[in-house]
Amino acid sequence: MQQVLNGLTLGSIYGLVALGLTLVYGILHVPNFAHGALYMVGAYVSYVIMVDFGANYWLAMLGAAGAVALLAVLCERLVFNPLRDAPPIHDKIAAIGIMLFLEALVQMHWGAEFRRMPTPYTGIVEFAGLTLPAQRILIIVGAFSLMAVLHLFLKKTLTGSTIVAMAQNREGAFLVGIDANRVAMMTFAISGVLAAVGATLFAPINLVYPAMGHLLIMKAFVIIILGGMGSIPGAIVGGLIIGFAEAFGGFYISTDYKDIIAFALLVVILSIKPTGLFTKGVR
Amino acid sequence: MNALHKISDFFMTPAMKIVMILAALLFPFVASNEYQIYVMALAFVWAIAVYGMNIITGLCGQLNLAHGGFFAIGAYTLAILTVDHGWAFWWAFVAAGIAGALLGFLAGVVSLRLKEHYFAIFTLCVGFIIYLLIDKWEELTHGALGIINIPAPSGFGLVDFTETTPFYYLALVFMVLSIWLAARIANSLLGRSFRAIRISDELAASLGINLMRNKVLAFVLSTTYASVAGALYAGMVRFIGPAEADVVHTFDMITFLLVGGIGTLMGPLFGTLAITWLTQSLQFLEEYRMIVFGPLLVVLVIFFPRGVVGTFLTWRGRRLAAAHETAQKESASEKKSQTKKAVTPRNQEAGNHA
Repeated sequence: MQQVLNGLTLGSIYGLVALGLTLVYGILHVPNFAHGALYMVGAYVSYVIMVDFGANYWLAMLGAAGAVALLAVLCERLVFNPLRDAPPIHDKIAAIGIMLFLEALVQMHWGAEFRRMPTPYTGIVEFAGLTLPAQRILIIVGAFSLMAVLHLFLKKTLTGSTIVAMAQNREGAFLVGIDANRVAMMTFAISGVLAAVGATLFAPINLVYPAMGHLLIMKAFVIIILGGMGSIPGAIVGGLIIGFAEAFGGFYISTDYKDIIAFALLVVILSIKPTGLFTKGVR
Repeated sequence: MNALHKISDFFMTPAMKIVMILAALLFPFVASNEYQIYVMALAFVWAIAVYGMNIITGLCGQLNLAHGGFFAIGAYTLAILTVDHGWAFWWAFVAAGIAGALLGFLAGVVSLRLKEHYFAIFTLCVGFIIYLLIDKWEELTHGALGIINIPAPSGFGLVDFTETTPFYYLALVFMVLSIWLAARIANSLLGRSFRAIRISDELAASLGINLMRNKVLAFVLSTTYASVAGALYAGMVRFIGPAEADVVHTFDMITFLLVGGIGTLMGPLFGTLAITWLTQSLQFLEEYRMIVFGPLLVVLVIFFPRGVVGTFLTWRGRRLAAAHETAQKESASEKKSQTKKAVTPRNQEAGNHA
């Protein structure tokens, strides 16, 4: 039962990060390798706001979300927009360039050491014989409510539906007068917000360091391959699958190899079924 | 034709090869200290790996992000066989190449069923699995401690490769062989098939090119290059750790490749040497080099996607085309004036007759 909780916690964070990635992929067909770096910057911004300015946890989350959204939009404007017509290999290399730059910058400014992020929610909730750390509950509730808000935004608002429209059919979206630049910037901003919130939620039970985004971004990529690139429910379901696989695998098999499980799962699934679990048209 | 053009023409002549090889042979005599020779030898070793990357990424167009992992596989195969099992260096060296090819084949058969982004992401994961295995599988790889006291390449009693200068020449020989092989591949039917695949999968398939077989072959070639380079690296540095499999090395190699010119023959060498020496002269940047290289990568793909060598070739190609055009025009106008001249006497003659 404890493992179910762990799996749910991991899964919801993976889902959040994968959601940002999948949104950007759906619109621009750019696999944004810099997404993990955005996540890492988000964690640092909220760390700074909380520790150096002594602000409240929620305020820090808000600040981080704003800062990372701005950074993501900047990346879109300066890098991905000029590369719109370039061969796909260029987008990937540029994204890697951004990632390396952000990581080196953070490392230069804050050093490579591990930092612990404080949180106001340190309590433990006892429920039906289970010990539930408050922060984990916060992660699960926070992540799923953010997913719900995003879902409502995409389905119920006009701005949201322009994003969906563009993901579905680019030319069609242009025909009905959707501004591609605006949608691209907005998508990047949303992915930045998702990454920053995910980082602020997850960092207190993990640690903050420059390479913290590496593993996460790779797992997020595994998730969106499993769930289908550009598919929103796929990202959430995929996140939960990987989260549970890691929680149970780490418990029953070996904690040493816990991080390999996601990748091994990917290799096994793609060897048997190269189109992914829920995808259409990987090949 | 000005001096710049003459120099650029010289770069394309076969004599340039001899000049470059001579320069490389003489380098240890002009180098001011042993460290410079060491850096150069290390750059040659990396260049071999970058040539491998050029085959799968530059020629065949598949961004392979597991390249650093295969470099580490070569290094670890050599280290484990020589240190733990007492193999002779050169047998272990051959085994390292075979291990790179075999594992590359296995990884390639699975990963090349995927296209473009999926392939890049998948290989990123493969690279990470290699890293984690090296880091965690302590019985085999000594885990985070790494492997120390790796023997240097044996010189059969003739040369001592623990010295820097002999190793420099060894690395040079291997690098020249690698470039020669890469050139042979690039200009063969195989290389042309790879390029057709880069331009379009469908087009290549419709020309009767077996996509899977060619892609796997390109991948195996590239991983073999990487693991041979890794084995040489282990023989040179003589201690290795899990950090060799770090994805940062893959990104370094992408930088080398991109600066030099992706898909060109001399690009990998030029990029590797240029960036290695740039990093050396900016020693203080060692740890933070990515602050410079990150934006450099972005600027390169936006403005100079073909790298230094590629940009040079494009520039030269344009100039030659322009020169050809003016030459054609000139000869055309000459012909015109000639026909005019030819006509005039006849007119005069006609006039005389008239």
